[in-house]
Amino acid sequence: MPFAAESNTGAFCDWIRLGVLMTVREVAEAAYRESLPVLALSAAGGLFAGVVLGGMNAELERVAGLLVLVPALLATRGNVYGSLGARLGSALHQGLVDPTFSADDERVNAAVAAALANGIMVSGIAAFLAVALLSALGRPSASLPTLVAIALLAGLISGVLLTVAVVSVVFAGYRRGLNPDTLAGPVVTTTGDVVGIATLLVATRIVLALGGG
Amino acid sequence: MAASAWTVRGIVRRMLPVLVVLTAIELGSGIVLDTFEGTLLRYPTLLVLVPVTIGMAGNLGSILAARLSTALHLGLLSFDSADDRLVGNAVATIALAVTVFPLVGAGAWLLQTILGGSRLSLPTVVAVALLSGVVLAALAVAVTTITTYAAYRFELDPDDVVIPVVTNVCDVLGVLVLFGAVRVLV
Repeated sequence: MPFAAESNTGAFCDWIRLGVLMTVREVAEAAYRESLPVLALSAAGGLFAGVVLGGMNAELERVAGLLVLVPALLATRGNVYGSLGARLGSALHQGLVDPTFSADDERVNAAVAAALANGIMVSGIAAFLAVALLSALGRPSASLPTLVAIALLAGLISGVLLTVAVVSVVFAGYRRGLNPDTLAGPVVTTTGDVVGIATLLVATRIVLALGGG
Repeated sequence: MAASAWTVRGIVRRMLPVLVVLTAIELGSGIVLDTFEGTLLRYPTLLVLVPVTIGMAGNLGSILAARLSTALHLGLLSFDSADDRLVGNAVATIALAVTVFPLVGAGAWLLQTILGGSRLSLPTVVAVALLSGVVLAALAVAVTTITTYAAYRFELDPDDVVIPVVTNVCDVLGVLVLFGAVRVLV
């Protein structure tokens, strides 16, 4: 058994949290109980994102191809910042990083910088591929510079907001004894959807105001 | 394995190719959405339901994936149909879908009714959400288990690979399953 005399209390709590000593029923009940609140929260966030999407009718009609980008951009938010959350969660479990903010934690800084770089680059690539795909299918599409500018701008703004959200929630949750694995995914997907659609709307309006279209 | 390779360049190099492939797949679901734009505009309740259904599918998969990934990192998981941790988490995933999706349907109907009126009845929307949810949960369990196992076999860090693959595949399945449910029930 892992909880011999030399184990500290934190490590013991980790073993309990991870279900080392559990039956199927206990594992299922623990997973259900831990996940339900965040899932309910993310459902509320998702509904809000749906309402914002419904309010984007004018922009969706004006910028052909924007609706095609929506799943890709939302998924990129979830992927990049969900992976950041999972990376920090595993590192916390393994004791590689401390759950506190520190400007000189190189490990956390590298993970954050890489997430931002990935998030912004993939957003631009998504816009480029969407225009190529739509023209190959002979469907209407806004100009390449317009869609790429919207995607990059939305990627930048949402990236900064989501990085703050992920690092805060994972660290604060871990300090309070919550399992970062259960927290990170849904919190990222929820804030990712709301932030993703809201920043897409903002970016579209900025680019249209600057003369794109 | 990830612990020793936490550099910006290393993370970008490992993740970017995966992200680009996943983005291409997501654009496929974007094209499907584009194709069904008429249906979405005719029944705005379904439009409200789109992000939340996609999101919940991805969430169910990503919670499961994160739990399995950490168990794998710590050497606690075996890919065996009798593995307690695997079966317990799969059961929880289905139970969560059965709990949350009817509430999601009711919430979408309520919001749309308040904001602009819904052409679909409450039981219809709840049934669409529940059917989508149960099918998606079963698919999420299958996709997550297979992907985690593949990462394990190919010695890839599950944190880099599994969550992105699972979330994206569930997103695309979310769009397809939702429209399947609409076809059957509306």
